[in-house]
Amino acid sequence: MNINMTLIGQSIAFGVFVWFCLKYVWPPILNALEERRTKIADGLAAAEAGQRAKAQAQVRIEQEVSGAKEQAREIIANAQRRAGEIVDEAKADARVESARIIEAAQAEIDQQTHQAREVLRGEVVNLALAGAEQVLGREVDAAAHAKALESLASRL
Amino acid sequence: MAAQTSTEYIQHHLQNLALGVHPENGFGFAQSAAEAREMGFWAIHVDTMLWSVGLGALFLWIFRKAALKATSGVPTPFLNFVETVIEFVDQNVRGTFTAKNDLVAPIALTLFVWILLMNTMDLVPVDWIPHLAYVLGVPYMKVVPTTDPNATFGLSLSIFALTIYYSIKVKGAKGFFGELAFQPFPKFLFPVNLFLEGISLISKPVSLALRLFGNLYAGEMIFILIALLYSGGLFWGLAGGALQWGWAVFHLLIVTLQAFIFMILTIVYLDMAHSHH
Repeated sequence: MNINMTLIGQSIAFGVFVWFCLKYVWPPILNALEERRTKIADGLAAAEAGQRAKAQAQVRIEQEVSGAKEQAREIIANAQRRAGEIVDEAKADARVESARIIEAAQAEIDQQTHQAREVLRGEVVNLALAGAEQVLGREVDAAAHAKALESLASRL
Repeated sequence: MAAQTSTEYIQHHLQNLALGVHPENGFGFAQSAAEAREMGFWAIHVDTMLWSVGLGALFLWIFRKAALKATSGVPTPFLNFVETVIEFVDQNVRGTFTAKNDLVAPIALTLFVWILLMNTMDLVPVDWIPHLAYVLGVPYMKVVPTTDPNATFGLSLSIFALTIYYSIKVKGAKGFFGELAFQPFPKFLFPVNLFLEGISLISKPVSLALRLFGNLYAGEMIFILIALLYSGGLFWGLAGGALQWGWAVFHLLIVTLQAFIFMILTIVYLDMAHSHH
């Protein structure tokens, strides 16, 4: 346990080690640590920003979806109303058409009745003339009794 | 090694391998404690130097490897480990050292890891390496450099020189002298002040070196005493085994704590050198 040159040797060794550490060990590792710290901080910030963007997108998606739903509902309502209208229109048309058909039929009936009556009238005149000829035993001048015949026929 | 007394065994374990010029035997290794003493100051403890420089190189090799691999990306487990050590030292320096000096952190790192490695050699069973050396023809081999006061004083005096250098650099020669001479008492009592402050100045490197040396020396001494039990038969041998294990566990604490204390006090002393009172 003597104090000797080892003291100096040890000091020199210490100095060399510190110098090496200062030059080649400490800065690169500390720089890497600092860089990683920044990188992690950036990453966390980016993640947070992403989260926020996602939340915003979610809100927008919800808005869009509800808008689309609203629109769809509107379209369906419109279509239903239109369908109702079409049915109503068709009903009205049908009613008009049927009325028209009935009217036409009626008119035809009337016309036919009228024709039949006209024919009947002529027949009645002839029959009346024939009946009167038979009763009188002579020929009756139709032209002379036209007025009477006509009133007779019109009574039919 | 055969037929040794306990005293010889212990003395053999406490003797460094000294290389120097002996007044009678000339240049060579000292073959006894007396020869080593006779070599005087111009001898060198080869074992202390070899183990300390070897362990220092191991420290720098490991950390340099980590420095080359250091990335800002995902660290490997090895890198993680080195970074943990670096951050531990960095936090201590940031917490204790208030001035700005890029040299302090590498000094603290070097001291902490180097002293830790040197202290850890204490946990190697005391006879393994010395006996191997003895078989190979090397008379002495002390494997724990921090149990050699040369090593601890070498460190503490280097730090002492640094504190003086920075004291003068930061405060100027006048400021530094003023701190020594003009406080804590009024100026006209400057001899008393100089005496008091001189003692506190000198006591720093002395206590720094002796604390580390004393703790490790005592620890090693206990390991040696426990090792003596192995020659006392089966019962004492088993007891020695248990004791050695127990002491090693306890010593782990001392090994780490002393390295940490040395580092922290160095930072504190350097901080004091940079700050004005």
